[in-house]
Amino acid sequence: MENKENILEVRNLSINFKTYAGTVQAIRDISFDLKKGETLAIVGESGSGKSVTTRSIMGLNAANADVVDGSIEFDGQDILKLDEKELSKLRGSKIAEIFQDPMTSLDPTMKIGRQVAEPLMIHQGLSKEKAMAKALEMLKLVGITNAEERINDYPYQFSGGMRQRIVIAIALVNYPEILIADEPTTALDVTIQAKILELMKELQTKINTSIIFITHDLGVVAGMADRVAVMYAGKIVEYGTVDEIFYNPKHPYTWGLLGSMPTLDTDEDVLPSIPGTPPDLLEPPVGDAFAARNKYALKIDTIEQPPFFKVSDTHYAATWLLDDRAPKVTPPADIVKRQEHFKNTKQG
Amino acid sequence: MLDKDAPKILEVKNLKQYFNVGRKDEVRAVDDITFNVHEGETFGLVGESGSGKTTTGRAISHLYEPTGGEIIFEGKDVSKLKTKKDEKEFRSDIQTIFQDPYASLNPRMKVKDIIAEGIDINHLAKDKADRDAQVEELLETVGLNKEHANRYPHEFSGGQRQRIGIARALAVKPKFIIADEPISALDVSIQAQVVNLLKDLQKKRKLTYLFIAHDLSMVKYISDRIGVMHYGRMLEIADADELYAHPLHDYTRSLLSAVPVPDPEFERQREIVDYDASVESDGKQRKLVEIAPNHYVRAADDEIQMYKDRLNS
Repeated sequence: MENKENILEVRNLSINFKTYAGTVQAIRDISFDLKKGETLAIVGESGSGKSVTTRSIMGLNAANADVVDGSIEFDGQDILKLDEKELSKLRGSKIAEIFQDPMTSLDPTMKIGRQVAEPLMIHQGLSKEKAMAKALEMLKLVGITNAEERINDYPYQFSGGMRQRIVIAIALVNYPEILIADEPTTALDVTIQAKILELMKELQTKINTSIIFITHDLGVVAGMADRVAVMYAGKIVEYGTVDEIFYNPKHPYTWGLLGSMPTLDTDEDVLPSIPGTPPDLLEPPVGDAFAARNKYALKIDTIEQPPFFKVSDTHYAATWLLDDRAPKVTPPADIVKRQEHFKNTKQG
Repeated sequence: MLDKDAPKILEVKNLKQYFNVGRKDEVRAVDDITFNVHEGETFGLVGESGSGKTTTGRAISHLYEPTGGEIIFEGKDVSKLKTKKDEKEFRSDIQTIFQDPYASLNPRMKVKDIIAEGIDINHLAKDKADRDAQVEELLETVGLNKEHANRYPHEFSGGQRQRIGIARALAVKPKFIIADEPISALDVSIQAQVVNLLKDLQKKRKLTYLFIAHDLSMVKYISDRIGVMHYGRMLEIADADELYAHPLHDYTRSLLSAVPVPDPEFERQREIVDYDASVESDGKQRKLVEIAPNHYVRAADDEIQMYKDRLNS
C-alpha cells in the first residue's frame, strides 16, 4: 500500500467562516494525501473540521467560507481554483459523496431508478434507456432485491438501510475516483450498518475507488480504514495506518478518544473521559489547542503549536511529548494494554 | 453494584402497548413483555429502531394507558393510582432523561426555571431563596456552576445541556430514572463524561436506572442486567456479562456480531451472524424461559433443550 500513488493532495488548507460573532477558523493549516484505492478515515468530534474538509473537496462549502490558504490537487488541477461549472462536472462523476441521513438525501418525488440514472445522463450523456438499464444493474449490485420492479418505486417505499443502498448506487454509478462518505451509517441500526459497510468494501474493490470516510465511531474506523487522520479543533493532530493509530497512538487526544469508548471488555469503574469541551474556534488557543483538556500537557503546549513528529514513515503526531527534550510519560492503562496486545499478536 | 436480593422496584407484567387498536394499521409496539427491575440496579434495554424499547419506557412512566398487562411500581399498579396525590408522587419518583438535549429544553426558559419547574409544581421549595439554593446545588451536582443558572439553553454545548436535563430530572428527588438514549447525540469524549456522571449519581443517590440504548458497548458497560427487544418482544434477559459471554438467542447473537469494535485485528476477523426474523412467526407458542439462573430466553417448549445445549457448548 505504501507505494501507491496519490490521487488527492491537500496542502496547507485553512478555511475561515465569517459569522456575526466573528471569524471562525474552522480548518487551520491541514495537509494530507489520499492514495489510490485506499480508505482514509477522518475522525474527530463535532466542530473539529471533518465535514468542512470534505465539503471543500467537493466545492460545497457555504457562501461565507473563506479559503485563506492552501490547495487541493486532484487530476492535475487545484479544486479550489475551479469555477462552479467545472466543479459540477467533477461532482457526481469523478468525486461523489454519500451523506449521513438517507431519509433526506434522496429526492422524495422522483422514482429511484431515475435518481440513479440521472448522473449517467448528465455526466456520460447516455440516453434514458441506456441509463435506466445501467441504473438497474447498479441497484442489483447494491443489493436491492427485486430491482426490476422496485426501480419504479419512490424513496418512502424503502427502509433506511435500503435507502442508503440507493444513495450508494447513485454515488457509485459513474465509478468515481473518490468517494466521500460522511457518517454514512450513523443513522442506521447496527445490523444494517454492518451490511452497508460490508457492501461499501465490496464495491470499493470492484471499482477501485478511494474512500474518505468521516465518522466519530472508532469501531467503524477500525473495520473500514487503511489509514486514519485524527482531527481536533481544525487541525490534524495525528495520522498513520489503522494499526498504528489503534495500537501505537502517540497523541494524548487519540488516547482520550480511544479510552472514552468502552469496548466489550471494559470493566473499569470509571470510564477514562476527556475533561472539558473543545475550544472556541472564534479564538483558537495559542499553542496546542488540546492543552487545556490534556493532563499530559507541557508548559510549551500553551506557548507554541507542536509540529509533526515522525513516528514511522507512515505515522506522524503533533505533540510535544515526542520531542527529545520532553519527559517520558506513560500513556493511560488501556492504551498500554493496546500496545502490549499488539506486540503479542504480532509475535504470535 | 447489583444486590441480587434487592427488592423489586418495578415489575412489568405481560405489558402490551398497541396503537390504532382494531384498525387495519394496528401496531403492536410492545407485545406481551415481562421483566423486573431491582432497587439500585441499572437495567439496560437494547434493540434496534422499532423494537419497542422507547415505547416500553414511555409506558412505564405512564404516558400511555397499557393495552394489556400491568406495570407495578413499588407495589402499586401505575394504571390504578387513585388519588391525585399518588399520581403526583409517582410522577416525581420516575423521571426521564431524553436523547436530544437540543429538543428537550425549552429555549425560552432560563436554566434555573427549567430545573426548578418540578420543584415549583410539587411545592418543594419554601421560598425563592430556597428554590435558588436547590437549583445551585443541582447545578453543582451535575458538574455545572451557579453562574449558569441565569443563562438560556442555547448558550450551552450538547454535553452541558444533557447535564441540565439530568439536573432537572434530579430536582424532584426521583427513585427511578428512565434514560432514553441519553448519550447518543453526544460526542465520544463527552459521552464518557455523562456516563460517569450517571454512575456517580446512582451511587450517591441510590437511583435505579432503565437505560435504553442501541450502543451495545456502552450498554454493557453501564448495565447490571440487559434485556434484548425485537419487534416488540423481549427475546433475552441476562446479567450483562453473561449476555455478552453466552448470547443464546439468534437475534442477540446477530446483534452482538454487528457491533463495531475499536480494534482492527478483531474487525478483520469479524463474522456477521445473520438473523432470520421469520422464525419468530412460525406459529409456535413462545415465552421467556429461565435456561440458567437469571438467564432468560424466549423459547418454545421444543427449543428449551437446544438453548440448554447452547449454553454448555
